[in-house]
Formats: sequence, structure tokens, C-alpha cells
Amino acid sequence: MNWDLLFQLLINGVIVGLLYGVVAMCFVLIYKSTQVVNFAQGEFLLLGAWVCLYFLVEYELPFWIGFLLTMGFMAVFGIVVQMLILRPLIGEPIISIIMVTIGFSSFMQSLMSWIFGNSAVSYPKIFEVEVVNIGGLNVETAYLMSIAMSVAIMIIFFLFFRYSRFGLAMRATAYNQQIAQSLGISIKHVFMMAWAISAVVSAVAGIIIGMVSAVSTALSFIGIKVFPAVIVGGMDSIVGGVVGGVIIGVLENLAEFVDGQYLHIGNMYQIAPFYILIVILMIKPYGLFGTPDIERV
Amino acid sequence: MAQAAQKTNTDYILSVNNIEVVYSEVILVLRGLSLNVQRGKITALLGANGAGKSTTLKAISGLLNTEDGEVSRGSINFEGQNIAGTSPDKVVRKGVFQVMEGRGIVQDMTLLENLKLGAFTRKNFNMNEEIEKVFHFFPRLKERSITGGAAGYLSGGEQQMLAIGRALMAKPKLILMDEPSMGLSPLLVKEVFGIIKRMNDELGISILLVEQNATMALNAADFGYIMENGKIVLDGTAEELKNNEDVKEFYLGGGGDERKSFKNIKSFKRRKRWL
Ligand SMILES: Nc1ncnc2c1ncn2[C@@H]1O[C@H](COP(=O)(O)OP(=O)(O)OP(=O)(O)O)[C@@H](O)[C@H]1O
Ligand SMILES: [Mg+2]
Repeated sequence: MNWDLLFQLLINGVIVGLLYGVVAMCFVLIYKSTQVVNFAQGEFLLLGAWVCLYFLVEYELPFWIGFLLTMGFMAVFGIVVQMLILRPLIGEPIISIIMVTIGFSSFMQSLMSWIFGNSAVSYPKIFEVEVVNIGGLNVETAYLMSIAMSVAIMIIFFLFFRYSRFGLAMRATAYNQQIAQSLGISIKHVFMMAWAISAVVSAVAGIIIGMVSAVSTALSFIGIKVFPAVIVGGMDSIVGGVVGGVIIGVLENLAEFVDGQYLHIGNMYQIAPFYILIVILMIKPYGLFGTPDIERV
Repeated sequence: MAQAAQKTNTDYILSVNNIEVVYSEVILVLRGLSLNVQRGKITALLGANGAGKSTTLKAISGLLNTEDGEVSRGSINFEGQNIAGTSPDKVVRKGVFQVMEGRGIVQDMTLLENLKLGAFTRKNFNMNEEIEKVFHFFPRLKERSITGGAAGYLSGGEQQMLAIGRALMAKPKLILMDEPSMGLSPLLVKEVFGIIKRMNDELGISILLVEQNATMALNAADFGYIMENGKIVLDGTAEELKNNEDVKEFYLGGGGDERKSFKNIKSFKRRKRWL
């Protein structure tokens, strides 16, 4: 047995899984507070990665400036999408809304291929030191940054929803919109904020992935990967999204290991999460952390 | 002469003038309802199931538009401004806060989080001080806040207290209270009404109180209205109403029950469809 490889893949699994977890949180945030299943989450991520890359390459901006500009752009983008596309659909059956987000994801795909092209592009070198040594183990700086950023985002999410005024308002809205309104909370603002936060945070994940590997259309596939993560964790649980993300990331890499070493089927890592998904849903239909009274799709 | 003077009295914090309310553009529920709430006083609104009491409160607070309802005629003047059709978050900002029927507690949040949410619209205040003020009226909530579990595990009475306390956090000028006695034991009803009265006395908050429990409501209130079928059919000071033969019969005799069941035939509740 190749322990080094297994260990390496497990680490990869955790790193990627944390990123899935971040995107899953974004997905759950929109689902919980606006009851929209956002099939375009992966495209949000890709858009963020492209836009940041564009700022860095075309305008040769320092990384942090490009990064912040991208955040601003994505916040506006999220709000505009909510206002123009989803607000008119409030009250429509959930299936219509799903069709619209699927359509929107294809639209964004094509638009981005047209604007940014189809080939993979790497981010300019951002870190002076590419590899750091931690306790005898060589770790790529980008990976460390990936873990640090993912965990930081999760902590910020936690603090935001636990302590901030708007975090509480968003939770109240997720619980019951009429109650939230009776407290003076504007549902319109909550919806816009949910989309803005979700777009911004997905973009961060996109940028991280772009820095670790490269930016290409394939990134938007993460939007689909997030489904098993979210469903495993329970559609309505943000913590569940994180745990689900890590589970899927690790399983994916384990499947890769088993396949590479023993089975030789090929591409196992891409389908394994979906098998796991089926098994978990058979045992726990509402996901590991989900609550049964939530409407499923 | 005296009556005319009373009608234009500026001491009404709220006056509802001849409003009509329709749900889903076809179901007419309020048919020309008018009432006034005196500043700093408790006004009771009584009536049988389905009379339209909750609808009246929702028309004032704006929560009607979360249920596909609409004020199709008339005006609702709060401190001289017509607020009919205003969105609920703006109405709260103006100083009107509705404590919903069934309490409207966010069950999966803690007691303290619920209280904090009450102050959502306020700026420049000290959260801990405001929470202490609420605990001054509801010492029981203070005890229960220490454990910090989900508010859904509080008893019905505690949840009712939390709902009222949360309203205080908003520092409203007018509280619309929908059946605070619902589901509470007689002893607790008494306690809650005592607190409502004290809030009115000590803080000067005007209260429009909707109740099925007419005796309790009229004991606490200064003025009262009786409604039936979407209209006010009787009004008077609380004393007058308590001694009115019709009121006595309606609430004590069998007549009331008959009407209730008659009303129930038509009565259906559409579930939430908001925005
Ligand atoms: N969202 C709605 N859509 C349609 N009809 C409604 C809606 N809400 C209430 N109604 C109808 O309006 C009428 C008045 O309801 P309302 O809830 O105002 O009565 P109420 O006096 O508060 O009764 P209760 O004492 O039972 O709370 C009822 O016939 C009810 O069926
Ligand atoms: Mg009612």
C-alpha cells in the first residue's frame, strides 16, 4: 500500500473539501433565506475567478487591490441577479425557479466562454515562497492559504450569524418571513444581502482554486459537486454544508486512490460522491444535519 | 357639538377610517371598519372567531401584504400620516409594533437573540440596558435567559412574555397585541395582563388589544370596540361595555357559541404566501 500517496490524497481531500464546504455554505445561505435552489453557484465562483484574474493581468493591479475590486464587483453582481432575475419570480413554484437558475447558469457559462475564452489560465505568481516546510513536510503556500482562507470564511460566517444584527435578521427571515417582517426587517434587503454574500464568498473560493491550480470553465463544475455536499449535510444547515463538503472532498480523493491503485476504472473520483449521496439519502433522507420540515427538491 | 370635537381630537395616536380589506382580491373581510386608539391608553377590540380582528391589526401593521391582502378603501392615520398599504418594516420604523397571534417567536433562536431582534430597527442604544428594561417587566424571562437554549423550548406563557418583551425592545409608540391570552392558564393570563397594564402606565405606550377573553380585556382597557363580520357594531368606555346587556349575553350566554359555529363554516385560513 502506498501510504505517502494515500496521505497526500487525504490532505488534498481536506483542502478541496473545505472549499466545497465554503461554496456549499453559499448555496445553503441562498436556499435558506430566499428558498431558491441556485444552480448557477458554480458560475458565480468561476466569474469571480475570471474577474480577479482580469484585474491582475490586464490592469496589473497588486493582488489585494484586484481581490477587493472583485469582491465589490461580485456583491453588485449578486444584488443585480437577485433584483432582475429572482425577485420577479417570488411566489412562483419552486420548479420554475429551478429552471430559471439552470438557464441562467448556461447563459453565464456561454457568456464567460465568449469573454474569457475556453483555455485554462494560471494566476500570476502571488507568493514569494512557493513551498514552506512544516515539521519536515513540504507544503505549497497556496494550499496553506487555501485552508486558512476557507477556515477564516467559516469563522466569519459563524460570527456573522451568531452576533451581527443582519446575521440575526437573516436567520429570522429563514425561519419565517412574516415574523421577520413583523420585527421591522425588510425582506427585500435580506434577499439582496443573501445573494451578495453568496456571490462574494463563492468568488473567494473561485480565486483560491484559480491560484492553487488554474482558472478554466471546469471550475464551474464545483457548483454541481456542491450538491452532494449540501444534500449530505442537509439542505438547510450551514454547518451541514461544511461537513458535507469535507466528506465529499475526502471521499473523492479516496475513490481516486482506490481506483488508481486497485480498480483502474478511471474517473472514479468524479462519480463516487454521487454514489455516496444516494446511500446517505437512503439512510437519512433529510441529510445528516437537515430538519425534516424543509421542502425538498 | 361635543361629539364633533371628539372626532377631530388630536389625542388619537391612531385612527382607522372606514377601511375595507380584501384578501386575494376577492375575499372581502373588513367592510368599512373605523376605530380610534387614544394616545397613552389601552383600547380593546373584541369579537368572535373570524370577525376580522387579526385582519384589522394586520391592516394597520402592513403585514396584510404578506398574505395577499390589501386595504382597498379608507385610510389608517398614525400620528397624522396615512400608513395604509405601507410595508411592515416601514411601519415598525414609524413606531407601530404588532405582537402576532401565536406569538411569532423565532423558535430556533435563543431568548436573548429574539429580544435583540426586537431592536432591529433601532439606532444608537445600549443593547444590555434595553434588555434589562425588558427583564424589569418580565423577571421570569431573566431567569430563563441564563440557560440560553432555543426559545422553542420555553413554555407557552414564557413565549408570550418573550413576544411582548421583544416588542418593548423596539421602543414603539403603539403596540398591536393579538390575543395575548391565547393558550395560557387563567393565572398566567392575569399575570400577563397585569404586565401589559404596567407597561402602559410606566412607559406610556398606547396599546390596541385584540382579545377573545372579553372580561380580562375590558378590565385592562380604557375603551373598547366590539366587531362582528368586518364591522364595528358597538363601542364605549370599558365600563360601559362591561355593563352592556348585549355584551354580557354575547360573551356569557349560548348566543356567542352559535355565531361562532355559523362563522366557522365560511372560515378558512390561507397559509402564508408573502411578498
Ligand atoms: N390570508 C387570508 N386569506 C383569505 N382569507 C383570510 C385570510 N386571513 C383571514 N382570512 C379570513 O378573514 C376572516 C377574518 O379573519 P381574522 O383572522 O381576521 O379573524 P379573527 O377575528 O382574528 O379571528 P380569531 O379570533 O379566530 O383569530 C376569516 O373569515 C378568515 O377566514
Ligand atoms: Mg385572530
